[in-house]
Amino acid sequence: MMNTTIAKLALQALLGRRRFYLLLAFPVLLIGLVGLVTALADGDAAWEIVPGLGYTLVLPLVAILSTSSVLGPEVDDGSIVYLLSKPVSRYGIAISKWVVALGATLAAGSLPILVAALITGDSTRALALFVGAAVAGTTYSALFLAISAVTRHAVIASLMFVLIWESLLGNLFSGIAWLSISQWGIRIGHEISDQLPDPANLGWAIGASLVVTAVGVWFAGDRLRSFSLRGED
Amino acid sequence: MSNLVLDSASRWFGNVVAVNDVSLNIGPGVTGLLGPNGAGKTTLMAMMAGFLAPSAGHVTLDGRPVWRNTEIYRQIGLVPERELSFGYLTGRQFVRANADLHRLPDAAQATERILAEVDMVEPAARRLDTYSKGMRQRVKIAAALVHEPSVLLLDEPFNGVDPRQRMHLMDLLRRLGDDGRTVLFSSHILEEVERLARHIEVVVSGRHAASGDFGAIRRLMTDRPVRYAVQSSDNRTLGAALMAQDSVRSVSLRGDHLDVQVDDLGSFAVSLPGLAKQHDVTLFELSPSDESLESVFAYLVAR
Repeated sequence: MMNTTIAKLALQALLGRRRFYLLLAFPVLLIGLVGLVTALADGDAAWEIVPGLGYTLVLPLVAILSTSSVLGPEVDDGSIVYLLSKPVSRYGIAISKWVVALGATLAAGSLPILVAALITGDSTRALALFVGAAVAGTTYSALFLAISAVTRHAVIASLMFVLIWESLLGNLFSGIAWLSISQWGIRIGHEISDQLPDPANLGWAIGASLVVTAVGVWFAGDRLRSFSLRGED
Repeated sequence: MSNLVLDSASRWFGNVVAVNDVSLNIGPGVTGLLGPNGAGKTTLMAMMAGFLAPSAGHVTLDGRPVWRNTEIYRQIGLVPERELSFGYLTGRQFVRANADLHRLPDAAQATERILAEVDMVEPAARRLDTYSKGMRQRVKIAAALVHEPSVLLLDEPFNGVDPRQRMHLMDLLRRLGDDGRTVLFSSHILEEVERLARHIEVVVSGRHAASGDFGAIRRLMTDRPVRYAVQSSDNRTLGAALMAQDSVRSVSLRGDHLDVQVDDLGSFAVSLPGLAKQHDVTLFELSPSDESLESVFAYLVAR
């Protein structure tokens, strides 16, 4: 299903745009901040930053930037017709673009979280958060890809999901953990280190992450199959 | 040899009908899709290229529906009006990517062959965002042709292309049509269409207004009633003389000029100077009062 030409073009789109530097800035800032606080503050203050800022904010932002770089602009300006006017499976296109976005999310989101957590000591705790971040990064990128395939306002819609649903409402109502990608990741990481909280059922966290990922990518492919071009009329 | 068929195809967006019950059969050779801006050409093209579902009716290529049919693109090459957003690729990389997407057995050779055909070998190493409009258009055509499709659809391919490049593009399309490919291009400029197309389909306000070879379309357009405003040294004398002409439908005095309605453009234009001279009238000004393309098309629809 994977199409190397599509993946190559998506990678070029990701690296060739200015937002790539923004994508790099996030992990650099996170690691820099954690390093600074570790050196200056006593106790576990530096660790608090990694799940609090890195996991809940940097990771989804990196996922939004990556998915919107590989799919968003092409759908926006309609130039995706150059890819779609080919006898190539639409699901293959969705999968290829998702793989590139996922790679970028893991490299610029999950991996820096591991590095930052290791700086603060305790490597079991760091590994647990990394596993959670890898799972959440995978699910985020599939969900945001699906959103990119439906609406021109994908970045705004994705940001609202992260900032309003997961962060704001998630902090107020604990039940939202059942419908929160970041909390599913945390729950899976809890299996490795119980320094991470236990907000939901493990089976649910794994199942929901898998379903959102699979349905998200499939849905993006299906939307591409029905991609419509609207002219000046 | 492929036939693209629209069977009572309509498309509406909410309350707006963009294409209204159009039936067309586009066969091998070059066909021009002519109509003013906003007539529904792009919507028609999108339906024919499988990028828009018809709200009613059918669009088929050799009997197979085009919508949600990925395999159809083995036969169709599409040149959208939309600009390339792959500015970071070179011309060669872009055409090669298209060849790869078609999984051509020898993509590298096919790329070079088609670049030579559109005369873009030399600039192919440059990035797309350094190209002129005409060069981008040719690279887009190369990308659409790299898999040798039997149908080529081009949406406003000559828009913004300078005259020399336009000639070049027209030669290329004519050659493709002569090879037996089905070539369809849209345009809002009559002169452009009649120079290239063997067959012309006219759409106006979403409806199929006329169909035929360029001679028939041209006749339809020159035989339509036309209004002129004429200023002369003696409007009344000239008006009386004009009224005696077969080609003149009506004459009226309007302030300082004559309002003349003419049936047959050709013979009116030929006879006017002689007539004026014969009656010792000096012509000051002759101007068409409804020569806009829209009025030409409006006449075709009202017919």
